Amino acid sequence: MQYLPNIIFIILLVVGVGFFVKNISKLRRNIFLGKEASLTDNKPQRWKNMAKIALGQSKMVVRPIAGALHIIVYIGFVIINIEVLEIILDGIFGTHRLFAVLGPVYDFLIGSFEILAFLVIVAVVIFWIRRNVIKLKRFFKPEMEGWPKNDGNLILYIELVLMTLFLTMNAADYQLQQMGADHYVAAGSFPISSLIAPLFENISVSTLMVIERTAWWAHIAGILFFLNYLYYSKHLHILLAFPNTYYGKLTPKGQFRNLQSVTDEVRMMMDPDADPYAEPAEDAVVPDKFGASDVQDLSWVQLMNAYTCTECGRCTSECPANQTGKKLSPRKIMMDTRDRLEEVGKIIEENNGEFKDDGKQLLNDYISPEELWACTSCNACVEACPISIDPLSIIMDMRQYLVMEQSAAPTDLNNMMGNIENNGAPWPFNQMDRLNWSKES
Amino acid sequence: MASELKVPTMAEFFASGTVPEVLFWVGCAGSFDDRAKKITKAFVKILNKANVSFAVLGTEESCTGDPAKRAGNEFLFQMQAVTNIEVLNAYEIKKIVTACPHCFNTIKNEYPGLGGNYEVVHHTQFLKQLLTEGRISMEGGAFKGKRITFHDPCYLGRANGVYEAPRDLIRKLDAELVEMKNCKQKGLCCGAGGAQMFKEPEKGDKDVNIERTEQALETKPDIIAAGCPFCNTMMTDGVKNKEKEDAVEVMDIAEMIATAEDL
Repeated sequence: MQYLPNIIFIILLVVGVGFFVKNISKLRRNIFLGKEASLTDNKPQRWKNMAKIALGQSKMVVRPIAGALHIIVYIGFVIINIEVLEIILDGIFGTHRLFAVLGPVYDFLIGSFEILAFLVIVAVVIFWIRRNVIKLKRFFKPEMEGWPKNDGNLILYIELVLMTLFLTMNAADYQLQQMGADHYVAAGSFPISSLIAPLFENISVSTLMVIERTAWWAHIAGILFFLNYLYYSKHLHILLAFPNTYYGKLTPKGQFRNLQSVTDEVRMMMDPDADPYAEPAEDAVVPDKFGASDVQDLSWVQLMNAYTCTECGRCTSECPANQTGKKLSPRKIMMDTRDRLEEVGKIIEENNGEFKDDGKQLLNDYISPEELWACTSCNACVEACPISIDPLSIIMDMRQYLVMEQSAAPTDLNNMMGNIENNGAPWPFNQMDRLNWSKES
Repeated sequence: MASELKVPTMAEFFASGTVPEVLFWVGCAGSFDDRAKKITKAFVKILNKANVSFAVLGTEESCTGDPAKRAGNEFLFQMQAVTNIEVLNAYEIKKIVTACPHCFNTIKNEYPGLGGNYEVVHHTQFLKQLLTEGRISMEGGAFKGKRITFHDPCYLGRANGVYEAPRDLIRKLDAELVEMKNCKQKGLCCGAGGAQMFKEPEKGDKDVNIERTEQALETKPDIIAAGCPFCNTMMTDGVKNKEKEDAVEVMDIAEMIATAEDL
């Protein structure tokens, strides 16, 4: 039974990672329900954006307090993961502090992990206070009720517990090292946990070992749990921020996509040689529907945007419509898109890989026309997003559906469009009068 | 005074076999809206003074299609775009200047994909260039020491990254440029973009232009400077709503320069 812990550990690891891989493949399937978008251009710029915005957190610091705290947690998690590698290897091989052979380098590593872990705890506590005591306005919009609010807090609790377990494990280890306990070679430096260790002073070696082992197991189990929590949480951004910034928009923010199907149509209309009575070719494909009424009408990047959103609400707090009390919230657009996409994904699973119409869609069942028509297309939400999410593109695609498939524009806009059609201006003025201003006093 | 304006059309240039340096795209607001027409005239006065060889399309100009596209009518947008591009290409237009950020954005960014490739500049960029080249001179005059705040049009600023040209011009007027709480990348919309200009706003606590006007008034300005005919309307309405029209003026930068130069 000597190898029982190793076997249990390997099973835990395989199950944890396996479940995660399964969720990732679900995630991929859902994202690729979206339409193709060819974004293979300008790779150097894309890598640069990813390095700057995701890796370098350049847009986080636009809000300095949240930005600085976020960078602490981010660096903490990235760097402490080196320790997770050691834990995994120890678990598999039944060793203890395998990397201790690195000597002074190891001391430095463990020391810096400890300081980072402590800073992460401080940052997480401040984050919690911002959400629950100060109650920052952007965390209390209607779309944040229920699961999104709990999700936000749960992530903070998990991080707090993981860091505490890490430091407890180290403190017990340090104390055991001091006591010269078997198996616990003196290795590592413990600037933070050595301050906790005095709490363990009058505890026996065997009890301390139980504490150390419990913290060790709970820590790695917690990490595997957290890994699998991601798919169900807004916290997916820790992975998706990277591809999302890579595939972010490179063209000017004001440039909206021209629909190719419409271009073809317009070209044909303008072509004097085109036969207006021609029958469509035998193999002619049915034209795509215009715009988007459900998630499958959006591009896969827009769907990835939805999974990437971490519901920070910077978009909504910068949105002029939301600031003046309208229903539109760009964050809600992203959350609704993800919720509907998840729903569609479930239907596909229940029907052996095929989507069956459930009588619902993104439009109306999730996002109302009232929200869509409140948008000024000002790009404040796009600018505000720290990880290159584009809620505006979804709003515009859905407007396109409303107008081009349903003729469901507000009356005022129909009048405006009628004027453009008839006299080339949004107001009912004659095109022949366009130069009158030059003769008026 | 209007008789003094020299506004040649492209058709006239074409007939005489010459080409102007730049096409002035007037836009629908600049052609028809009473307030915006003043901006158009002010800009033309500066062009005349600087002896810039320019032309307008006049009755051959039509809506760029921007409000149609933002309202979701891609078909109408492309019909407008393709028609305009045919006219522009027939005249072999190379460079376009416009005082409307919406026209600017659409022609600059969305026309190339449909066959319309031109160098497009906003009038503040063009004026800045004239100044740099020494073709116009500017002295503060009436604006010396005045507190002026600049409202960034979304389609000039965030949409196309033009923040400095209008500000440089204001500074050249010896005015004191004061920034609003939200400016440049974080500038707050006036409420007119995305075809909102042509419809009633959705239900809410207040109108966007009132919120933005409040931000502008917080800077205690003598003048709110604008670079877009729609922003101009929205801010003017906002100032009236706050009953500050006697104390605070909303002016386009072209109007300020024309006034300073006594044109």
